[in-house]
Amino acid sequence: MSDIRELSFSAAVQEALAQAMEADERVFLMGEDIGVYGGAFQVTGDLVHRFGEDRVRDTPIAELGGAGVAVGAAVAGARPVYEFQFSDFATLAMEQIVNQAAKMRFMLGGKVSVPVVFRMPCGSGTGAAAQHSQSLEAWFGHVPGLKVVEASTPEDAKGLLLAAIDDPDPVLVFEHKLLYKVKGHVPAGMYRTPIGKAVVRREGKHATVVAAAIMVHKALEAAEILAKEGIDIEVIDLRTIRPIDGPTIIESVKKTSRLACVYEGVKTLGIGAEISALVAESEAFDYLDAPILRLGGSESPIPYSPILEKAAVPQTDGIVESLRDLVKGRI
Amino acid sequence: MATKTTGKPAAGKNARPFYANHSAAQLKEALRRMYLIRRFEEMAEESYVRGLTHGTMHLSVGQEATAVGACMDLSNADYITSTHRGHGHCIGKGAEVKFMFAEFFGKEEGYCRGRGGSMHIADPATGNLGANGIVGGGLPLATGAALAIKQRKGKDVAICFFGDGAQNEGAFHEALNMAAVWKLPVVYVCENNQYGMSVSTARSTAVKDVATRAIAYNMPGVTVDGNSIADVNEAVSAAIERARNGEGPSLVECKTYRTKGHSRSDRNRYRSKEEIEEWKGKDPIPAFEKDLEAHGIASRSEIDAIREAVEKEVQDGFNFATSGTNPTPDSLLRGVTTTDDIAMGVEA
Ligand SMILES: Cc1ncc(C[n+]2csc(CCOP(=O)(O)OP(=O)(O)O)c2C)c(N)n1
Ligand SMILES: [Mg+2]
Repeated sequence: MSDIRELSFSAAVQEALAQAMEADERVFLMGEDIGVYGGAFQVTGDLVHRFGEDRVRDTPIAELGGAGVAVGAAVAGARPVYEFQFSDFATLAMEQIVNQAAKMRFMLGGKVSVPVVFRMPCGSGTGAAAQHSQSLEAWFGHVPGLKVVEASTPEDAKGLLLAAIDDPDPVLVFEHKLLYKVKGHVPAGMYRTPIGKAVVRREGKHATVVAAAIMVHKALEAAEILAKEGIDIEVIDLRTIRPIDGPTIIESVKKTSRLACVYEGVKTLGIGAEISALVAESEAFDYLDAPILRLGGSESPIPYSPILEKAAVPQTDGIVESLRDLVKGRI
Repeated sequence: MATKTTGKPAAGKNARPFYANHSAAQLKEALRRMYLIRRFEEMAEESYVRGLTHGTMHLSVGQEATAVGACMDLSNADYITSTHRGHGHCIGKGAEVKFMFAEFFGKEEGYCRGRGGSMHIADPATGNLGANGIVGGGLPLATGAALAIKQRKGKDVAICFFGDGAQNEGAFHEALNMAAVWKLPVVYVCENNQYGMSVSTARSTAVKDVATRAIAYNMPGVTVDGNSIADVNEAVSAAIERARNGEGPSLVECKTYRTKGHSRSDRNRYRSKEEIEEWKGKDPIPAFEKDLEAHGIASRSEIDAIREAVEKEVQDGFNFATSGTNPTPDSLLRGVTTTDDIAMGVEA
């Protein structure tokens, strides 16, 4: 127990960036206001003073160009980490991410690699309304050639980012804005959280909840409330959206016989649809004792009004109620 | 504000066009709107600090001359597209502050029924197609509005407000080129406050003046003092006239400064206190007052009366908004599509 440091999620991300730049001079950061401003969410902080303006590079407000320059630099041997101020603005850069970064290796017969990382602050809950609050993980998860990760803890925020920077392929790293201030244990060394591996955060026997990012916290809260009623929920933290860790989910459902997917992105055609289908297509299907449940974001943009904004994404109370219904009659 | 005066000009023929072409009533109304923007934003900021609004907000304190000077000759049939820093444009185009406050407080009475907030403030009834959360988002939209005007052979125009930061988005270049090729009735009004968030134009932009870029799109481009309502209005008026005559788009660059931070989280580490103070000294409101007095258009006591009326309007608007109606979660899908609205019985 030599190492019981606590860091905030954002400090953990910053530490990963600093260690990666320290260890490998090819690594550099690009983005809007990441220099002296320290980033829209103060994630890059003072890094510009440590590493200079060349490696902590403020770009003009130009997402298509900025993201594309990062892709080009990656193909030519650099290790760029491009920060979108809000992941919503990746919509302006879809061309370079989806048409170029994701497909270049394939189109060129596997002869190049594109080791670019995109950092994607996402999610609602800040009152920033429809164009600054989206959860678009599933969009990118739909594109072969991309990898998509999303941590729920500071420890994984650091480990997944370091793994993403190491990875020879383009990786989108989603960071839920409401998690930036959350603190937790973060080892000091340069460790990696493997891409493609989910983790069971809480063991249980009555139902499996698969969630990512902030929804992991809400699912764990719900599980604690239900535990008092004798309902025992297993919570899986997805950590990687693409490639999804099927075996961990399938094993869990075979044990609990019930599945709920909880995610902030719009419910329809979202992450939950994929997880449900994956289970329905697997041997776990025969173990199911109840229809699969999806709790996702509402079929609307994220509204400004705090009342509506809260109602637009799954909240702990609603998760508790839905899970209670899901296991009703079983115990 | 209606189009140019047919009544008595405020000043003699020898006065500059801004004073010769507008009536005293129009000029006093322009001053009133500049105050209204200033006091509305100060009150909005206070509400924010008091926890009455959430999210973020971008204040345009110090930039009021641009918003009002560009909008004062427009009718409700003329369009504007606005930016994330859009309170001034909204008021400049004729919105009422009580509905703006209501929007900030997330109330049903707000311009966007509490769905949009500060960053999406809009009043389509006065031709305002909305503030925008996306830097550069309004550039193609204004161009499209101008295309629709041209197709219906209208005489209206579209004014597109954008910041110096937005000129580096691809949308700027794509939109200006199309507008020029198709000779569309649109005026691009750049509020060059010299920073896009923390990055100065010197660090972000290959040319010194945004107006230079007009050359690449074969349209007139001028740079004016954005803190002088007369300078702004004369340049925009000329561009509007060109647009209404079917001669195509123009670019007007207004050099100005935001004396407040970019948004609530700004620590101003990218500029000096001296620079901010220097620009506070170039406040467009007292400068306009001085001119009005010098031209004998408004007396000091008239100016004071305008200020007092604004004070009351802002306070009344604030009170109206605090007692507004909160939206209920069952209305979440309202406005998503017309199909949703029909299903909810709120659209005929
Ligand atoms: C596409 C996009 N990129 C980045 C942002 C974040 N952002 C909001 S305002 C702003 C600065 C805009 O600068 P400018 O256009 O000069 O307008 P100003 O804020 O100075 O009025 C930035 C980077 C955004 N909202 N949209
Ligand atoms: Mg600017």
